[in-house]
Amino acid sequence: MRRWLADRWVMGVALLVLGYLTLPIMVVAGLSLNRPSSRLSYDFNEFTLDNWKQPCATADMCDAVVRSMQIGLIATAASTVLGTLMAFALVRHSFRGRSGLNGLIFLPMATPELVMGTSLLALFVAAGVPQGFWTIVIAHVMFCVSFVVVTVKARLAGMDRRLEEAAMDLYASEWQTFRRITLPLVLPGIVAAALLAFSLSFDDFIITNFNAGTTVTFPMYVWGASQRGIPPQVNVIGTAMFVIALLLVGASSLRGRRARRAALAMIATPAGKP
Amino acid sequence: MSALAHVPASAGKPAPPPVRRGRSRLLPYLLLLPGAAWLLVFFALPLVQLASASLYDPSGSLTTGYAMTWAFGNYPDALQAYWPQFSRSFLYSAIALVLALLMGYPLAYAIAQKAGRWKNLLLVAVVAPMFTSFLVRTLAWKTILSDNGALVGLLRDVHLLGPDGRLLATPIAVVLGLTYNFLPFLVLPLYASLERLDPRLLEAASDLYASPLRAFAKVTLPLSMPGLIAGTLLFFIPATGDYINAELLGTPNEYMIGNVIDSAFLVRLDYPQGAALSFLLMAAILAIVFVYLRKAGTEEVL
Repeated sequence: MRRWLADRWVMGVALLVLGYLTLPIMVVAGLSLNRPSSRLSYDFNEFTLDNWKQPCATADMCDAVVRSMQIGLIATAASTVLGTLMAFALVRHSFRGRSGLNGLIFLPMATPELVMGTSLLALFVAAGVPQGFWTIVIAHVMFCVSFVVVTVKARLAGMDRRLEEAAMDLYASEWQTFRRITLPLVLPGIVAAALLAFSLSFDDFIITNFNAGTTVTFPMYVWGASQRGIPPQVNVIGTAMFVIALLLVGASSLRGRRARRAALAMIATPAGKP
Repeated sequence: MSALAHVPASAGKPAPPPVRRGRSRLLPYLLLLPGAAWLLVFFALPLVQLASASLYDPSGSLTTGYAMTWAFGNYPDALQAYWPQFSRSFLYSAIALVLALLMGYPLAYAIAQKAGRWKNLLLVAVVAPMFTSFLVRTLAWKTILSDNGALVGLLRDVHLLGPDGRLLATPIAVVLGLTYNFLPFLVLPLYASLERLDPRLLEAASDLYASPLRAFAKVTLPLSMPGLIAGTLLFFIPATGDYINAELLGTPNEYMIGNVIDSAFLVRLDYPQGAALSFLLMAAILAIVFVYLRKAGTEEVL
């Protein structure tokens, strides 16, 4: 018994902690099916499907969601391009000033959001730039770039250079090699980086709050509504986000498993047969 | 020490990049230019602007404009006015960090060493909270900790809380929220380190009559140091600068420095004070990180 306990206590603690981590999501899902007793009440009251049937009952909220998506898409596209180019330069080329550049890429990830948000606000005010949609985009590109660089760099560094050399040996031009070999191999890293950038942008509150002017994103809507009373549809959006992300993870892991199985099958089949 | 000797010290370092000839030497600079310029203009330059804003004449205002008077007095003034919130930020995030270590270490260890084929599923469960909105999740704690909720009811029944004791709007709620929100940032790097731990090292320790506790202190803990250091920093830095938990789960009595900075910039429009507090926060965090890295670094060498 003592041995069994000694073996299992770590797992037991781990499961308790996982419970602590997942409890709020279940509450969010539950609240999305709840009809609150009053606008300022956060307690469970009565089961209803109304929130899911009319997710846009409060039009402001849906406007904010759409705006967050627009900002997220633009910021993701820009930061993915900028970050991928930098990752290629860092892994594939030698140049002067590498350590300074590494510092410039690392620092935004280690600086409190509060400091980045307020300093950007100070810059925009000093330069007389009115704050709104585009200052949010600028801010989001800034803090997403570093995460893109790190993610793509990891993929590039783990890549087998011999595949490209083989293509070049077979008389592929540099462009063909890039298009047919390099890009497909790096693509999963770029996609992962883009997904990360979008989720960072969509969920950002602190930096956005200092640079939004009167523009309202989804997190800013929730912040404002928390003082006036939260419409239960906020939990519908929260649950939907969670389910979509979970489906994306599931799909990518299924694809990975299928690719692994195909690779195994290829190794297992005797040489000469497809 | 002998165990550490087998860990390649340069595991994280990439091989030196091959030099490309023929192609223009300018290519890397062209690839770097847009991203680096973006970071210089929208990350580095704003920090300079923040530093100078913190030295503006405090008697100016947004409408009349600020004069640059090198008013270093803004720093002691701001610190004196908001010392409780400033110190509270570090106190709360330190307590949350200790709680997170107590929860996160067993979790990371279990996933890395004990989970077997459930490993990936458990990892997804750790990251899952981050799939949905930070603010919505934090608001969910309002429901969990509510005065009418099951948790408070239970704690009142077992007399851990008085008959009208509450959790919401107390320091406990804020610390619990901080712990919850940043725990995954601690667990993931820790997991990455523990995953590489060879279980045979622990068997060897036990063969040599080390107690489990001793094996942990002499083998597991030192080998997980890189992840532990990265994880504590990834937890501590955002937790100290956070003010969402204090606002949503606490009251003004639990306000952290972020709440003050938010109101300085967006409500009171006292830019010099807000900038001075922001800079103080960054300086204090950097100082702590620096001392911590030096300490942890020397331990690693031993």
